[in-house]
Amino acid sequence: MTDTTLINPTPIETNDAKEALYRATPRQLMWWRFRKHKLAVVSLCVLVFAYLTIAFAEFTAPYDPYEITEMATMQPPQSVHLFDEEWNFQGPFVYGLKRARDLETAAVIYTVDTDDIVPLHFFVAGSDYLFWGLIPGSFHLFGAEDPDTHIYLLGTDTLGRDLLSRLIHGGRTTLTIGILGVFFSFLIGITLGSISGYYGGRIDAAIQRLMEFIRSIPTIPLWMGLAAALPVEWDPLFVYFLITILLSLISWTHLARTVRGSFLSLRGEDYVLAARLLGASEKRIITKHMLPAMTSYIIAAVTLSVPEMILGETALSFLGLGLRPPVVSWGVLLQEAQNLRVIVQAPWLLLPGLAIVIIVLSFNFLGDGLRDAADPYGR
Amino acid sequence: MTEDTPLVEITDLGVEFRMREGVVRAVDGVSLHVRKGEVLGIVGESGSGKSISVRSIMQLLPKTAVLSRGSVLFRPPCGGEIDIAKLDRKGKEIRSLRSRHIGMIFQEPMTALSPVHTIGRQVMTPIRLHLGLGKKAARDRARELLQLVQMPRPDQMLDAYPHELSGGMRQRAMIAIALACNPSLLIADEPTTALDVTTEAQILDLLKSLQERLGMAIIFITHNFGVVADIADRIAVMYMGRVVESGPVDDIFEKPQHPYTRALMASVPRLGAERRRRLTTIPGMVPDPFELPKGCSFHTRCSEAVAGTCDRLDAPLIDLAGGRNVRCHLHSQNQTGGPDVG
Amino acid sequence: MLAYLTKRLFWSIPMLIAVSIVAFIIIQLPPGDYATAYVAELRHQGDTVDPLMEQEIRVHFGLDKPIYVQYWWWISGIVLHGDFGQSLDYNMPVSNLIWARLGLTLAISITSLLLTWLIAIPIGVYSATRQYSALDYVFTIFGFIGRGFPEFLTALVLMWLAYSWLNMDVGGLMSAGMEQQPWSFAKVIDVASHIWVPLVVLATSGTAGLIRVVRANMLDELNKPYVETAYAQGLSERRVVWGYPVRVALNPFISTIGWALPSLISGDVITAVVLNLPTTGPLLLRALKNQDMYLAGSFILILSVFTIIGTLISDILLALSDPRVRRG
Ligand SMILES: Nc1ncnc2c1ncn2[C@@H]1O[C@H](COP(=O)(O)OP(=O)(O)OP(=O)(O)O)[C@@H](O)[C@H]1O
Ligand code: SF4
Ligand SMILES: [Mg+2]
Repeated sequence: MTDTTLINPTPIETNDAKEALYRATPRQLMWWRFRKHKLAVVSLCVLVFAYLTIAFAEFTAPYDPYEITEMATMQPPQSVHLFDEEWNFQGPFVYGLKRARDLETAAVIYTVDTDDIVPLHFFVAGSDYLFWGLIPGSFHLFGAEDPDTHIYLLGTDTLGRDLLSRLIHGGRTTLTIGILGVFFSFLIGITLGSISGYYGGRIDAAIQRLMEFIRSIPTIPLWMGLAAALPVEWDPLFVYFLITILLSLISWTHLARTVRGSFLSLRGEDYVLAARLLGASEKRIITKHMLPAMTSYIIAAVTLSVPEMILGETALSFLGLGLRPPVVSWGVLLQEAQNLRVIVQAPWLLLPGLAIVIIVLSFNFLGDGLRDAADPYGR
Repeated sequence: MTEDTPLVEITDLGVEFRMREGVVRAVDGVSLHVRKGEVLGIVGESGSGKSISVRSIMQLLPKTAVLSRGSVLFRPPCGGEIDIAKLDRKGKEIRSLRSRHIGMIFQEPMTALSPVHTIGRQVMTPIRLHLGLGKKAARDRARELLQLVQMPRPDQMLDAYPHELSGGMRQRAMIAIALACNPSLLIADEPTTALDVTTEAQILDLLKSLQERLGMAIIFITHNFGVVADIADRIAVMYMGRVVESGPVDDIFEKPQHPYTRALMASVPRLGAERRRRLTTIPGMVPDPFELPKGCSFHTRCSEAVAGTCDRLDAPLIDLAGGRNVRCHLHSQNQTGGPDVG
Repeated sequence: MLAYLTKRLFWSIPMLIAVSIVAFIIIQLPPGDYATAYVAELRHQGDTVDPLMEQEIRVHFGLDKPIYVQYWWWISGIVLHGDFGQSLDYNMPVSNLIWARLGLTLAISITSLLLTWLIAIPIGVYSATRQYSALDYVFTIFGFIGRGFPEFLTALVLMWLAYSWLNMDVGGLMSAGMEQQPWSFAKVIDVASHIWVPLVVLATSGTAGLIRVVRANMLDELNKPYVETAYAQGLSERRVVWGYPVRVALNPFISTIGWALPSLISGDVITAVVLNLPTTGPLLLRALKNQDMYLAGSFILILSVFTIIGTLISDILLALSDPRVRRG
């Protein structure tokens, strides 16, 4: 990858390009290499979009995620149209659904009512909320004009709650656990990893053994065992933090390995030796000389660890050992889809799974792109 | 086959790499020949196309390389004549030539041996493949070969892995593999570059004595004029994918005809040369392979370049007396002798 | 080689001890001890239990002793007598409950591991030798997607697809009603029609990752000079690729078999819950939910021991296939 970048860095004209190339800072070079990784750039956009959406969840979600509508249970998703049956432009709208019961099986059946056009309005007043638990508000990104008519773009669950709103609010839990968990494991990993890589010898061996040990235990059973010990009656927020810490307690090893590896190769570098000869303290050498040189690798490794956290949370919550209702998270949402009968009736309940796949893939691609960009000798 | 029909005859060979940034003509009209039992030295700077030229003889080119023109005639001792350039690189015919009739030694003895097989196993592979010997017989032959290349403790070495050997021993093992089927041509691509000076001398001595005993022809590639003088009968000097001068080794040393050869030789500290002369290196850089200069490819660095000719017209290949060739405008002007230098 | 083996064997002893301590901690984690749980269970069944009796039970099981004594009793019971303690929930010895399920877990994990190799290694080698070919792209895309799908989601989707397209209920190990019947051809067919789902689920996630690893390693190896040496000997492409670089490229991967096992077992646990298989997963989950801690702890202990043994085996395999390791 580097070679081609050097020959043909950016679409600028050749001479200017060469000039720019010689003057580029390492950071600029990294950015150029990163930009060539199309998939990583797309992933970055997806992730920015996802995190913006969950940051303003109260506003972007059309409804309250807990609002139960008895007359709209297991309603299928309504797709957005621009033209009606006669191909007249109507602006974005959805068709209303008619609810009926099958006379024989008593199952609820929804039929599309093409006469009932419900236009989509933006910035509509809807259910009240406290933004981030602090600022009261009632505006939502979109909705029907009449607050009593609901638009369910992703359908509803068995209790008639809007899946889109639950997905957005659940995303707030799941996606922040990913980041927070990585933050914790980053702290553990970087501390132990740099100690291990820097001092080497016996300390290194001990930490290596610890890492090997943790890696050799099957994570899910261990997580399950630890998570099950968390009392049910604890405050959901507290459980949320504990689960996060739990996840990071086991998955810091990957980060530590990366850090240790780069430490080992850096330790032999001349400038580190020079710093030591100049009498710099060990702490100073680690924090001032070695860590900065590794930042790019660490960022890449961190990015690649986020999906592990997200998958851990979803798996635990899915099993009913992690977060529990009333907390919403993607794992909790998928719990509803555990039952084959439910999936067959309401396949859209698997959509949170799709969200997980998209986010996990995005983090993976982004991490790959960052890693390639960080490696000046990479292929 | 008479003494004079060459064993290998490369005529107007062209090899290209077609890449996104453009086409690299790594080998651009090379003609070479090697007679039976003769040692041909190929000299040139890095990137001049030495390896690519000789690898064409075995069809061992990188996947991206295209053999675009020319022929590589090989005349195996059993009779006949094969144009290797026309063979399929993965086909049966070329495979039955490799190692059976043409052996090859590589530059990196450290990495050119498989790390997961014993030396014995690796020497036995071509023996069993081409000579059809059984396990026992092949092992005996492998032991003989290790003795032949003066490997210390050959019996033990049969069961040793490459990582247990020193660089010189690995290169000996490499030579044993290359000679396993008694080939009539041995290609040695910088076989001593990665070795230290003492080991280099030992390996060169070994190759020379093996050549005398077994009588195979050798193509020997090197950067180092000193090494060629030692081992070669004839020399070919390459620059930018072309042979710029070739001829018997003594003649070329005595009276180099091409400015590039002269420059190269001036950059080699020669024994007996006057001490006070500074070691000259060739000024200028090797041109960008994507943008070959017009005219003689050496004119950007040539101290004798004739303005108006050398930078415009391709230098022709001129036959000189005594089986010598040179590719330079200076010689086309007075075909008979060439400027007196030296 | 022998020295390496001894050293490697020796290292797994502290690992085993550490694992047993972790399992014991998990058993002890929930508030209260076995006696509290036991008494609660009795009360639940309608018995009246006075606090004195609770104390007696505690003394009887040695729960009043210091924690390290309790650990010693527990672990020596397991090692010396194969006694894993009592399951409260099922009211029978844990050892009666676990072996059959562990066997099935192991069978499924190992089968899918073999399946993974069988699929991933040839594909990875193919992708590397035919880099940038159409099929290489197809496999790469498959690898990407497989990487993003958690096992339980694959299981859910497969169940759904099998039901809505093939009209098959693939949950469980066999159809309802088959369990009581003796083994017959029909029963084998029935089991086969169920067992493919967990195998596919587990093999998918493993294969996706492994293709990437094999392909990357192969690409590295194919550029090494010794490959050229092998070609120069006149060997055919197939013999060169499989005899030389593949062997080297598989080394780093052999060393990770040990790590594949923990993740496979993890995957199996959660897949089994979704698919309702009679393996460890559902039982472990139930034990944890009911705080049947001896049962849960035993599962965690044994699964971990399996993976430690797995790592050991993979290290030995690595030493056998790569002479460079043996020296270490
Ligand atoms: N795999 C390849 N891809 C693209 N171009 C290549 C490749 N291999 C060689 N080349 C081109 O072919 C030219 C000649 O290469 P070759 O290996 O024959 O040089 P050489 O004379 O053997 O140099 P050295 O003394 O360094 O071995 C190089 O300048 C390079 O531009
Ligand atoms: S042709 Fe001209 S430039 Fe080329 S070598 Fe001869 S004198 Fe120099
Ligand atoms: Mg070369």
